[in-house]
Amino acid sequence: MRKLALSDDILLKVEKPARYIGGEVNSVMKDREQVDIRIAMCFPDAYEIGESHLGIKILYDMFNRRQDVWCERVYSPWLDLDKIMREENIPLFALESQDPVRDFDFLGVTIQFEMCYTNILQVLELSHIPLHASLRTDEDPFVIGGGPCAYNPEPLAEFFDLFYVGEGETAYDELFDAYKEWKQSGGSRREFLERAAQIEGIYVPAFYDAEYNEDGTLKSFTPNNVHAPAVVKKQVVMDVTDAPYPEKPVVPFIKATQDRVVLEIQRGCIRGCRFCQAGMIYRPTRERNVERLKEYARAMLKSTGHEEISLSSLSSSDYSELKELVLFLIDEFKDKGINISLPSLRIDAFSLDVMSRVQDVRKSSLTFAPEAGSQRMRDVINKGLTEEDILEGAGQAFEGGWSKVKLYFMLGLPTETEEDMKEIARLSDRVARRYYEIPKDQRNGKCQITASSSFFVPKPFTPFQWASMYPAEEYVRRASIVKHEFQEQLNRKSLKYNWHDAEGTVLEGVMARGDRKVGAVIEEAYRLGCLFDSWTESFRSDLWMQAFENTGVDIDFYNLRERKPDELFPWDFIDTGVSRKFLYREWERAMKGEVTPNCRMQCSGCGAAKFGGGVCYEGKN
Amino acid sequence: MKARIKFRKYGALRFIGHLDVMRFFQKVMRRADIPIAFTGGYSPHMIMSFASPLGIGLSSDGEYFDIELTEPISSNEAVRRMNEACVEGIEVLSFRKISDEKKMTGMTILAGADYLVSLRKGTLPDDWKEKFREFMSMPEIRIVKQTKRSEREVDIRPLIYQWELRGDDIFLQLAAGSSENLKPDLVMEAFMDYAGIGAADTETVKNGGGTEDAGGGHETGEEREMPVFSYHRLEMYADCGKDGERRLVTLEHLGEELE
Repeated sequence: MRKLALSDDILLKVEKPARYIGGEVNSVMKDREQVDIRIAMCFPDAYEIGESHLGIKILYDMFNRRQDVWCERVYSPWLDLDKIMREENIPLFALESQDPVRDFDFLGVTIQFEMCYTNILQVLELSHIPLHASLRTDEDPFVIGGGPCAYNPEPLAEFFDLFYVGEGETAYDELFDAYKEWKQSGGSRREFLERAAQIEGIYVPAFYDAEYNEDGTLKSFTPNNVHAPAVVKKQVVMDVTDAPYPEKPVVPFIKATQDRVVLEIQRGCIRGCRFCQAGMIYRPTRERNVERLKEYARAMLKSTGHEEISLSSLSSSDYSELKELVLFLIDEFKDKGINISLPSLRIDAFSLDVMSRVQDVRKSSLTFAPEAGSQRMRDVINKGLTEEDILEGAGQAFEGGWSKVKLYFMLGLPTETEEDMKEIARLSDRVARRYYEIPKDQRNGKCQITASSSFFVPKPFTPFQWASMYPAEEYVRRASIVKHEFQEQLNRKSLKYNWHDAEGTVLEGVMARGDRKVGAVIEEAYRLGCLFDSWTESFRSDLWMQAFENTGVDIDFYNLRERKPDELFPWDFIDTGVSRKFLYREWERAMKGEVTPNCRMQCSGCGAAKFGGGVCYEGKN
Repeated sequence: MKARIKFRKYGALRFIGHLDVMRFFQKVMRRADIPIAFTGGYSPHMIMSFASPLGIGLSSDGEYFDIELTEPISSNEAVRRMNEACVEGIEVLSFRKISDEKKMTGMTILAGADYLVSLRKGTLPDDWKEKFREFMSMPEIRIVKQTKRSEREVDIRPLIYQWELRGDDIFLQLAAGSSENLKPDLVMEAFMDYAGIGAADTETVKNGGGTEDAGGGHETGEEREMPVFSYHRLEMYADCGKDGERRLVTLEHLGEELE
């Protein structure tokens, strides 16, 4: 029987002990003596969040296909266990073997959002691994970071030995082979990093020096080691159909956020929304073959026993075989008690038809993401959705029996005026009006329009990377303008407005476009007790502010400053394939409110065509 | 057609709560392709009912749930397929056809359960076995039962059907089910109070005037490490007796093998 790292006493004391015992269906056990490389893959958040993440599932499966590698999982211990582990000096362990993470060859951390940075330090510290890469010895694993936040790894630079920039499917084999060779050669830690730095997509922060101008902006960023390239190239897997996909994903005992089979139908997005980082860094759009997806659906439902299957992509409606796939899923699985969930669908006749077949129309709600209230603002962000589209879609939905609609917006977008903000409320009201146009005897009571807004945070490698942000008070003011406008609306009783908190936004802004100097704040905030910052119950804005004060790092420098067209950004050493020239052109077009057509309508020459495939070459074979 | 499944739960899976065990078996049904019936409606769910939830931390050799089948499947085949779809910590022991009568489901007919109590941590006084015999020979064991709304005093002695010292462990056969239910930890708490072991509140045990005598153990209690028990469920029973006579039959025994 597997021996657990935690005693019965501890497991009986903590909330949801199943987070820490491993042994789930489809988790992979190997003989530790029979493998050459042990890697612990970490999602630095609670088990239920991490276990829902597709990226880790792909890597876990891919790594474990290699006989010489055993990949295990590790997540952030929740606050109750965190305290016990510190008090009793229990080292953090991986779920499968329950062995200490420190004994592993690699600790891989997927960095999905900025608000998990203090949890990365928690995982390192609980693993008894020095926080700073420079202090690690032969006794420590190599700590490697990946995921979207690795596209600006600089705030985390000193905590990681290396970063993998881009999609994991391409270069890990080379990295593992290099590691085995190095291990046999008995070389130094530095020697391995030098070897790794030569692999495309690998960034070793210690091999680069950052110099700053007097005003604090970056002056230069140059390799200090001959083996490190000046430019790190993002990795892309061009053949997504034949890329490895986890047909036997782990099935958690406790309910994870995504408690279902997830089918990734395509990668990338043709839309080119100017605020969206995923839409830029995952270019070019690549579709998975529909027949392959059908096979995966069958195999994964069988291997997991899940009762739900969901499609995953940035914009499912743009998948060219969507109809074929969705009808297959309904025909094949609906009668077997399998729920089919179809997120990110554009609302039109087809999607309403299939949705009415897979869900209870009266209970479920439809989601629209206009992102901005006014047409002017939607043109600025290049959200190719008109008011007509929204009202037409909502109208069809209402006539089809739906009465609940969710609307997602952003506040604090570049060039946003008071009029733009108020339009959020007015648009919501117009959606409600559309509902009440239906004769009373043909509709289902009142409608329920729920509008939510989050505050916009500019992200690296988007056209809005030049944009300035606002102070926290300004975000609150903007939300209250919208709130008041909602109270002015005719159908206010059918409208509900929620907004996200502003303090987190400010922090996210600093982390997203931060440089190496920001690392000190993260460490100080962690020392002061910040942890699980994305959880409202544990987020401590006051401690974060204290950390900024203690380290002398200036929030306004990162968030409020207007960035010059030619300013050298901390992330500029990464080549995502989408050129900075294109991004700047898009920024200028945004300022003029000019819309750019999507990739299928017309190529805008972003640069991603150099990868030689995907949407850039559709119909050109 | 209805089937009753008996399984055991051990090791790390002791830390999976009841609701998650239910979810686990729903997925096992799909992985093992068991022809289970669903309810109708927009969100159909499997027809499955568990005899009695097992608390977190407890292990068991005798857990049960009943399902509705759409077509027959042989017992051997079902057990084999389900075990292939299980993980270490849960093992299916039997799969048997039961009567279709509604009132025969495990949950409604459950009447008793066997437990084995072992000392997991800490120590007991040398004479604990003697004390335990004394405790069990009392005509009444009154404890205060906390419910959501009130506290009430109940006599749990009639709910202890059988007991036995097995080496250093204690065997208990207790009332279980929807009308009368007694958990083994309540028995042990009452015993600890009776014997004055640990710092437990003596007010909770009233054994018809014996409280004062029981107070004597307190001083020694503080020197030892508080005993902590682990509980293992062994079996669950239905009552097949007539005219108020109790005759416990295992839930498994009420089913028959499917060929």
